[in-house]
Amino acid sequence: MTIWHVAEGVAWRTLKNVFTNVSLFLPSLIFPLFFFTAFAGGLSAVDRVPGFDYPPGYTAFQFCFVLLQSAAFGGVFTGFGIARDFEYAFAKRLLIASPNRSGIILGYAIAALVRWTVTATMLTTVALIVGMDVIGGPVDVVGLYTLALLVNVAALLWASGIAMRFRSIQAGPMMQMPVFLVLFFAPVYVPLSLLTGWIEVVAHANPLTALLETARGFVAGDPPHVLLAFGVAIGLGLAFALWAFRGLRSAEAAG
Amino acid sequence: MERPNSIEVEALAREFKDIIAVAGIDLYVEPGEIYGFLGPNGAGKSTTVHMLTTLLPPSSGTARVGGYDVVREGPKVRTAIGAALQEAALDPLLTGRDHLRLQSTLQGLPRNERKARAQELLERVGLTGAADRKVRTYSGGMKRRLDLALALVHRPRIVFLDEPTTGLDPQSRAALWDEVARLRREDGVTVFLTTQYLEEADVLADRVGIIDHGRIVAEGTPAYLKAEIGRPSLHAIPASEDDRVRLATFLTRYGPPLDAAKNVAVWLEDGYGLADVVRGLDQEGIELADIELRAPTLDDVFFAKTGRSLEGAADEDAAENGQAAERARA
Amino acid sequence: MSNVFATQVGALATRGITRTMRQPAMWVPPLVFPTALMLVNSGGLESATHLPGFPTDSFLAFALAVPFIQGALFATMNAGTELARDVQIGFLNRLQLTPMRGSALLAGQLGGVVLYGVVQAIFYLAVGFVVGVDFAAGPLGLVVLLLFSIVVSLGFGALGAGLALRTGSGEAVQGMFPLLFVFLFISSMNMPRNLIEQDWFRGFATINPVSYLIECVRSLIIVGWDAEALALGFGVAGLIAVFSLVFSSFALRKRLTRT
Repeated sequence: MTIWHVAEGVAWRTLKNVFTNVSLFLPSLIFPLFFFTAFAGGLSAVDRVPGFDYPPGYTAFQFCFVLLQSAAFGGVFTGFGIARDFEYAFAKRLLIASPNRSGIILGYAIAALVRWTVTATMLTTVALIVGMDVIGGPVDVVGLYTLALLVNVAALLWASGIAMRFRSIQAGPMMQMPVFLVLFFAPVYVPLSLLTGWIEVVAHANPLTALLETARGFVAGDPPHVLLAFGVAIGLGLAFALWAFRGLRSAEAAG
Repeated sequence: MERPNSIEVEALAREFKDIIAVAGIDLYVEPGEIYGFLGPNGAGKSTTVHMLTTLLPPSSGTARVGGYDVVREGPKVRTAIGAALQEAALDPLLTGRDHLRLQSTLQGLPRNERKARAQELLERVGLTGAADRKVRTYSGGMKRRLDLALALVHRPRIVFLDEPTTGLDPQSRAALWDEVARLRREDGVTVFLTTQYLEEADVLADRVGIIDHGRIVAEGTPAYLKAEIGRPSLHAIPASEDDRVRLATFLTRYGPPLDAAKNVAVWLEDGYGLADVVRGLDQEGIELADIELRAPTLDDVFFAKTGRSLEGAADEDAAENGQAAERARA
Repeated sequence: MSNVFATQVGALATRGITRTMRQPAMWVPPLVFPTALMLVNSGGLESATHLPGFPTDSFLAFALAVPFIQGALFATMNAGTELARDVQIGFLNRLQLTPMRGSALLAGQLGGVVLYGVVQAIFYLAVGFVVGVDFAAGPLGLVVLLLFSIVVSLGFGALGAGLALRTGSGEAVQGMFPLLFVFLFISSMNMPRNLIEQDWFRGFATINPVSYLIECVRSLIIVGWDAEALALGFGVAGLIAVFSLVFSSFALRKRLTRT
């Protein structure tokens, strides 16, 4: 059994759990849609704010945020599942059965990706149906979804590191809160140039701001600081991968 | 006028959709008696307790607890009884003392008595050291003891204990038995105790009612019920597995077979003793690893009445009830 | 008789408050999360105050109304979940075996929720003052706002209690959360109704009772005394309270199976 066999087993089981349990599957599908509706629908007047200049329009502006948000929370929701596995001792079964335990994390990551793909497909379909304008070309679109994919992986690795260290569902808020704060301390409602006060300072320092602006740039066909954005995304992914694998060692040591 | 602390039940029945949980039972519990209600899981014990403690209205039949009708005089019944139900039903975030304070307030104890009564009960059940700890830190035995203390807060004349020792270790169980016996001995309390443990009914109860599939199949003192069976059972283990069938066939000469798991067993007919069996085995050349003569137990009584042993009945009924519950939910 | 009732309500409310205080995870999020969201949203949407027709030049003042309602929703879910748990673990049976009146159970539960609602309201007001929001309706307006918080807490608390008693399931109560979320977000939470451009969104926000609850509080903060907003807000809150109390009373009657 190689790492891929382990990953395949873990991914299959995780996805089966999610897609056969409405209470697990539906929220990750519905919440992004809901946020998209609430923000794009309720705040569309914001594009009349002096200085708001985004050619594709407010719907696309919010779509990019919600896409990254769904990717991030998709990773976190899979992290909840990992915590549940540890709490109910199912993870012990995985640890015993896997000759290459790194495959466990890989399996969860694959499951998070597949799960998010379903969400992203639905979200994109709805956005296009309501008339979202996409100015960017095919390369830009690939860039957009690749960036979101990296966010999904990074979030999953973050959450799994927490899950494996605390091994309890009660660690859920610890997984979720930082991700929520990082998301909402970015230019969610207006571009960075229109933020003022403390939120502007925080948004400038927030690594997600670069990702969000680049994502919006992809849709507008003119992505700013692409290298920075991918650098941040890959860097976060690598850092959290280390975090997750150290978490796995911690879980192994705990028995 | 002081009402009797007795329990009188006539044709009491309870149905849930297509499940008949209690199929019309009659019983009478004498004042100051410990009545053991014995049966496997799903037999109807807890449903009966819920009806007698006014938590569930009967579908038909009547019951009087402490002299009050359970349907028409529910509040009066509740002032006369205490109950420790199957679920310990404790709030994990409250301390033992908090629970007693809440219970005594709700039971209407005068304010100046509550603290003293709580302390008295904590001492009685041996929880003074843990009184100010949250219940979630309590062991199973401690929770049961607190449960019992809560049932006694208002000095009831009748106490219902629904499987009070299920899940407890032998030491905790013995401690609870002592307390139950003391209740009757020192306080004259009538105790209605449901259990699935033969030994518990045997040791504690003055009289036992055995319930199966919602009906009382036997009732009497443990000694009387066992004497009704009369005959002992003989259990043997062959020295070689190859001899099992031969041994089983041979033993049927001395009485009808008995389903006894690993052993080969028969009810010994009148006129036969252990010596007869041993001589016969010797003549047949059947060697044994072990042989035992057992006096009748309540399980034997259950078997005689239902054709199943209590343990086997528990497994069967759990499966049946699971299916029935699924149907009821659907 | 009323003395006994009051004693029972007091005992049950005390228990509810004790439990809540012993679970920081229950009382901290309803205070912190709505405040954090308000501060974040205010920071992000401050530029929206430049839109023609925006009623104030401080988005913080505009957004301060939201935590009052959002916090009530959170606390309702928590209280409902706790009551459902009492049903699930059999604690309600224990209570039923005492002379406790059913109405005392509900009153005790709601007493705790309302008290916490007042604490929340005071907290949010304090946050508002700290960040420099001017309260247009003055000291009397603060009293009115606290009264309003009581009515809102009562209404939502009874709704949560009713669901808990009806279903006996914490999961079912939690399952209501997304629905309440929808009602909160598709309202005039982040934008005045007259500035919502999407017709369907504005239409839903107009028929959404939560919009009027938010606008009532908002009017006290940024306008002062707006009779229409106050009448609508108190009217809607009162209707919700009446409906919820009736619902929870029926649910209680059904749940208390004792004779």
